[in-house]
Amino acid sequence: MHELSIALSIVDRALEESRARGDARVEAVFLRIGPLSGVDVDALRFSFGVACDQPQVSGCVLEIDEVPVSMDCPNCGTETRTVSVQQLCCSQCGTPALEIIHGRELELQAMEILE
Amino acid sequence: MSNRPRLVEVREHILRQNDVLARSLREQFANAGVSVLSFVSSPGSGKTTLLEKLLSRIGERHRVAALVGDLATENDAARLKRATPQVKQISTGTVCHLDAQMVQNALAEWDLKQLDFLFIENVGNLVCPSSYDLGEELRFVLLSTTEGEDKPLKYPTIFNTSDVAVITKMDLAQPAAFDLNLAHYNIQSVRPGMRVFEVSAKTGDGMNELTEFITSRRKASQVATAV
Repeated sequence: MHELSIALSIVDRALEESRARGDARVEAVFLRIGPLSGVDVDALRFSFGVACDQPQVSGCVLEIDEVPVSMDCPNCGTETRTVSVQQLCCSQCGTPALEIIHGRELELQAMEILE
Repeated sequence: MSNRPRLVEVREHILRQNDVLARSLREQFANAGVSVLSFVSSPGSGKTTLLEKLLSRIGERHRVAALVGDLATENDAARLKRATPQVKQISTGTVCHLDAQMVQNALAEWDLKQLDFLFIENVGNLVCPSSYDLGEELRFVLLSTTEGEDKPLKYPTIFNTSDVAVITKMDLAQPAAFDLNLAHYNIQSVRPGMRVFEVSAKTGDGMNELTEFITSRRKASQVATAV
């Protein structure tokens, strides 16, 4: 359960942006998370609610874009989805995914701030 | 005048602070010429026993040290000190993983130039350590024969973010009815191409291969640096 420390990092970053704008209210934060990031999205949502204990972020909305795992398939010659995280091979032809392109994301994309 | 919402682009890794620190650690390790290897696994899969044996074997010809992460006790550090005096315990309290800051703090009093190998034993946990880069060169994930073959499928992320898998307690494979082929299949399924070792720290089976793999990488990287 390290989602709380991750939620606290996000809230710290949001408060930083808020302070830079005269304690402006942060209405929403937008994340991109892949299944290979090691973060459980439900646990993160729960933790984020707990972490938003300052007025500048109270009620802040957490928007999570869940990124599927994809690979650069040498056989298909293009970017393809993998079957699953348990079966890391091309969903089109079954070639094993030696390198993956997406799926490890744990990114803070943007924030909506009331100015 | 009413306030209007504005979208501010950030586009950064959420664990940016940890990543920046891990990069700086990796540079420090490279400059000092120390190979840093980390070990992750579930509690009780044999990390400390394996490390004790590796420290003894590799310590015969190289300068070795270890950092040991644990929630509360210093028992693991005490065990590793039987193999080398250079052992430091990182007590994480309630935190379920090591991060780059903890590693940096623990190294403060050591001269890295006096070391050839630094082993980092993470807290016994197959979930949380996967998100934190510690600046290590290689991450080893352990799977013991008594845990069952399906651990890689249950915890794909830790296997996917590791570089090498070690199947431990091979001496118990038969009594535990461990299906070795299935374990290999599952590991390759979540991390295609992964290098896998089979060892028993107790009987010593497979330990030569693993020791050789670790020490020969160092020779190779030294040759590459010299050229």
